[in-house]
Amino acid sequence: MATVELKNIRKTYISEEIIKGVSLTIEDGEFVVFVGPSGCGKSTLLRMIAGLEDITDGDLLIDGRRVNDVGPADRGLAMVFQSYALYPHMNVYQNMEFALKLAKMPEAERRGKIEAVAKTLQLEPYLKHKPGQLSGGQRQRVAIGRAIVRNPKVFLFDEPLSNLDAALRGQMRVELATLHRRLEATTIYVTHDQIEAMTMADKIVVLQKGIIEQVGSPLELYHHPRNLFVARFIGAPPMNLLQAHVIAADEQGTRVKLVTGQSVTVAVEPRADLVGTSVTLGIRPEHVRLGTSDVNPGQGVVLLAEHLGALTHLHVRISDGHDIIIQTEGGDALTADAPVAFSFPPEHCHLFDQNGVAMPRKARRSLAA
Amino acid sequence: MDATTMTTAPPPVRAGSTSGRKSGILLLSPAVVLLLVWSIVPLLLTLWYSFRNYNLVDPTMHGFAGFSNYWYLLTDPDFLEALRNTALLVVGVLVISVGGGTLLAVLYDQEFFGRGIARVLVISPFFVMPTVSALLWKNLMLHPIYGVYAWMMRSVGLTPIDWLQRFPMATVMMIVAWEWLPFAVLILLTAVQSLDTEQREAALLDGAGPVARFRHIILPHLSRAITVVVMIETIYLLTIFAEIMVTTAGGPGVASTNLAYMIYARALLQFDVGGASAGGVIAIVIANIVAMFLVRAVARNLEA
Ligand SMILES: Nc1ncnc2c1ncn2[C@@H]1O[C@H](COP(=O)(O)OP(=O)(O)O)[C@@H](O)[C@H]1O
Ligand SMILES: [Mg+2]
Repeated sequence: MATVELKNIRKTYISEEIIKGVSLTIEDGEFVVFVGPSGCGKSTLLRMIAGLEDITDGDLLIDGRRVNDVGPADRGLAMVFQSYALYPHMNVYQNMEFALKLAKMPEAERRGKIEAVAKTLQLEPYLKHKPGQLSGGQRQRVAIGRAIVRNPKVFLFDEPLSNLDAALRGQMRVELATLHRRLEATTIYVTHDQIEAMTMADKIVVLQKGIIEQVGSPLELYHHPRNLFVARFIGAPPMNLLQAHVIAADEQGTRVKLVTGQSVTVAVEPRADLVGTSVTLGIRPEHVRLGTSDVNPGQGVVLLAEHLGALTHLHVRISDGHDIIIQTEGGDALTADAPVAFSFPPEHCHLFDQNGVAMPRKARRSLAA
Repeated sequence: MDATTMTTAPPPVRAGSTSGRKSGILLLSPAVVLLLVWSIVPLLLTLWYSFRNYNLVDPTMHGFAGFSNYWYLLTDPDFLEALRNTALLVVGVLVISVGGGTLLAVLYDQEFFGRGIARVLVISPFFVMPTVSALLWKNLMLHPIYGVYAWMMRSVGLTPIDWLQRFPMATVMMIVAWEWLPFAVLILLTAVQSLDTEQREAALLDGAGPVARFRHIILPHLSRAITVVVMIETIYLLTIFAEIMVTTAGGPGVASTNLAYMIYARALLQFDVGGASAGGVIAIVIANIVAMFLVRAVARNLEA
């Protein structure tokens, strides 16, 4: 249906630069998620694509055509807003009909389209209802339906699930992903929630302060975060990060000494020039192994054990001020104040240099495309 | 354990709540009594006088008049003229102020240079008291000899028009509309500004141009505020007096006499208290009928 290309896009409000040169290619039918903390410029970027904000600098191409100066209605996009933005005085049918009517589509054709969409979204019983009479999830569906009937080239979503409760959010996530598989429409989705990004995206774009930190598939970001920011942002509970300095770098691996006194071997490409410099060691909670081991052993005291049923999150104090989280499937017997032994498997450790940039890992995972 | 005791515990009884209610009524009563006296006594007196022969210049005429005050009034062509003028004034001013107010509100919602100052200027007529603004229009703007409009017309070679003589009702209507337009703009502007920006943007993406956005998004959003403006303005416009008193004194003839001015003229120019009271009673009846319709319309609109 459509490709979208951003070429060095910039946005300046008055004097402050909010988007600082974003370049990105979105393939036909791809589900792309912009993710990042609040205020990083995700909405601004999306609104520039939609045509609701002027582009200060750079080019926006849809299907290879430059659309910087094309009005929002003529770009062939549909947007679902965070507040749903349904027209409160129109019923569900009229809400979906509005754009078609303005496009002068004949009555019979309109009716056919709306009824088909209402059927897929299970909105048939509510066509005569006003938005005020619907629940949050139903309103959400109407907003999506209003986008679908227009048969747009690109779907834009701005935090569409953040007004829903947790259970409904999970359900809508599945529905949206299924819908995307069926429509195969190019979709750009904005969220601050990394779980939404991980579960739905073909491609995640991590933004911070108006620049792209990393672009990649969910698993690529998970296994190979390019820097500390992405490492922290992707994954829950977040990656454990410990200060360290490099004591040796050779073929066996890179050895670092943690601030806790422990020394750890990490499977990253060795760089002799980094010996003596300070680095950050990262390891995800689910990769820390419980029990004694010869490789990279460590020990601490359980501060708190969060039993989630299938999983347990252990908050472990290694030494004063240095806590890590360990995720384990067992650990039922562990309670607060119990001593615990663990190890950091070298192949799961990440190392970030002084500038927070990840050092390339030896075993690059083959990622399911 | 704690939870159960908490949920089953009876709500705390406030000691002396009955005596509290009593003292509350006691404390309220002066205000209530005052209001009652203020509104009931004049009403009863008006009703009483409307059935009496009561003329201040002819003390020999007294006693019970039956319905003759009403009969004289209802068959008087001047009364019908006053009724017509009242309706004209209310409807005309409503159309101008609500129509113009809606357009100005949408206009003033746009970004433009000097918007803050322009907003203050458009609101300011509301703060001028009716007598003063009527005098301003009569002497400063519309006076056929030294008014601004006369000067403007003369400077392009036209003969000035004596507006208040030639078009008394339309001119009074214009003055009153000038006073009430700011009110409509004020209410409707806040209403326009309360429109969700995402809704506007959704309409924009749906391909709605300025006219379609106004017609399908802004106007429905404003409907409540418009009903409120109509209701409040109607209540005040039914009793317009100062502007007529100052500019035309109801004339020429009765060309610009509305119900309120007619009652005043009967009572204090012709000293016919009985006839004026009958007019007052009719005015009350009309006002109540209008109020009933308005309250219904508003209630329906606020419900939705
Ligand atoms: N109209 C505006 N004028 C000035 N600054 C704005 C405007 N809109 C957004 N910003 C600023 O741009 C930054 C990014 O905003 P936004 O794109 O909404 O962030 P988010 O990633 O949370 O969606 C914020 O710091 C915000 O204050
Ligand atoms: Mg946002």
